[in-house]
Amino acid sequence: MNSKLRNKLVAAPYSIWMTGFIIIPLIFVVYYGLTNDANAFTLDNVISFFNPIHLKSFMQAFKLAFISTLICIVLAFPIALIFRNSKTKKSSFVVYVFILPMWMNGLLRIYAWLTLIEKKGVINLLLTALGLPNINIVNTETAIILGMVYDFLPFMILPLYNALMKIKDDTLNGARDLGANELQVFTRVIFPLSIPGMVSGITMVFIPALTTVAISYMLGGGLFLLIGNVIEQEFLTTANWHLGSGLSLVLIIFIFIVMGITNKFTDKDEENNLI
Amino acid sequence: MLRKILKNTYLSLILLFTYVPILVMVVLSFNASKSRVNFTGFSLKWYQQMFSDRNIVSALQNTIAIALLSSIIAVIIGTMAAVAISNMSRRKRTIYMSITNIPMLNADVATGISLMLCFIILGKAIPFFSTLSFWTVLITHITFNIPYVILSVLPKLRGASQLEYQAARDLGATSSQAFFKVVLPEIMPGVVSGFMLAVTMSLDDFIITHFTRGAGINTISTLVYAQVKRGLNPSLYALSTLMFVIVLIILLVTNFVSNRDEVD
Repeated sequence: MNSKLRNKLVAAPYSIWMTGFIIIPLIFVVYYGLTNDANAFTLDNVISFFNPIHLKSFMQAFKLAFISTLICIVLAFPIALIFRNSKTKKSSFVVYVFILPMWMNGLLRIYAWLTLIEKKGVINLLLTALGLPNINIVNTETAIILGMVYDFLPFMILPLYNALMKIKDDTLNGARDLGANELQVFTRVIFPLSIPGMVSGITMVFIPALTTVAISYMLGGGLFLLIGNVIEQEFLTTANWHLGSGLSLVLIIFIFIVMGITNKFTDKDEENNLI
Repeated sequence: MLRKILKNTYLSLILLFTYVPILVMVVLSFNASKSRVNFTGFSLKWYQQMFSDRNIVSALQNTIAIALLSSIIAVIIGTMAAVAISNMSRRKRTIYMSITNIPMLNADVATGISLMLCFIILGKAIPFFSTLSFWTVLITHITFNIPYVILSVLPKLRGASQLEYQAARDLGATSSQAFFKVVLPEIMPGVVSGFMLAVTMSLDDFIITHFTRGAGINTISTLVYAQVKRGLNPSLYALSTLMFVIVLIILLVTNFVSNRDEVD
């Protein structure tokens, strides 16, 4: 058997699978998004994304996801730095500590935040005991941001940590020998070299946050309809698949534009960048 | 000195942030009442009731079955795909990798609805898909797991494995012998981490399952989502606590074993 044919055979199960369950489903989304109930071509579903109601859901999701992503970067950078600089060769420790919670159901973990942030929740109990004013964030945008940061922070820490681990000590010492102070070492060496990791972190935080369904539903008390919730409703509540597909289609295009832009900043050997 | 205190404080705060909801669940699993705010006394009743609640038992069975089956199948298809992709021409390789990236980069909501549409439409032609069921969820999980396997295995194939494969063939091994005796052991760490990632992703998935599950088929995630409005059955906390402890023990044991293996 010649080797080309054999390679085709080895690839065959995946070729069939990805055609059937990645490409064809997307074609259906395009088809449904561009047709109406009578199966006639229409752009209405796609244009409806820019209706004030839908656009508002998208802009709100965008705002919350953007803020959450920023907070994740700010919180994750020191962690990644601390772990990079600690000489214990326990790189697996970092991975375990932040992956372990994922083995506990994600929805339950987010739901548990309600116990903490509710009006009579644990945090307010503590604040009262300390004589401090109480917080009232349940069912607000703040609660949703909290949930997003909580859920997606590991996806910022891990790629950042990976990027920082690739920086050799010699590089940093070289910068110091050439007269850079610690701040300059950070701004001129560490930060630029961390950008590929940060970019993959951004995509792993921003996109899931932008399109979340569960976090806004649970921590927003059903008061907030983000774009993910709108699409969910179109499919499962109102059963308007054409509109739902049209909205999804615009969302997918938006995501791939974002990816196209961020891709310019990532490492060339992208296959090594998985978590 | 001050720097060290700052570092440790910061680290502790982030770890607290990461683990505090888990602590909440553990505490609530021992709560005597159903309240999610008041701890009214210690009780083991949620642990006792856990396995008599049919919904919870079947959700647990589905969750575990889907996680394991989908990961095993994804490992087989994904490893074969990675081997094939590593031997492809550059252009073909780029096409395959771009498509592989789609489920990873796309919004879960979009992946979910696209598969839901696909199953329902295909169901009109092929009866197997005609209703959303356990099997449609399994197919979905395999679909989003395969990319994680491919991306874990592919980097391992770039090393010496190609040369070693040729050497084994030159020394008279058949191609399958060369693969199973030479290449596979070499890429095993990638295969294992691909499997672990797949299990993690499958256990943690909510939204894709939400769209592709059949009526009456629940995983733990979808069961939680359904119960949010009227308050969660605390047995779910008990179940999660139990699962968490089991995973922790497995990790500690495997970590201990692997630490003993690599004494460097």
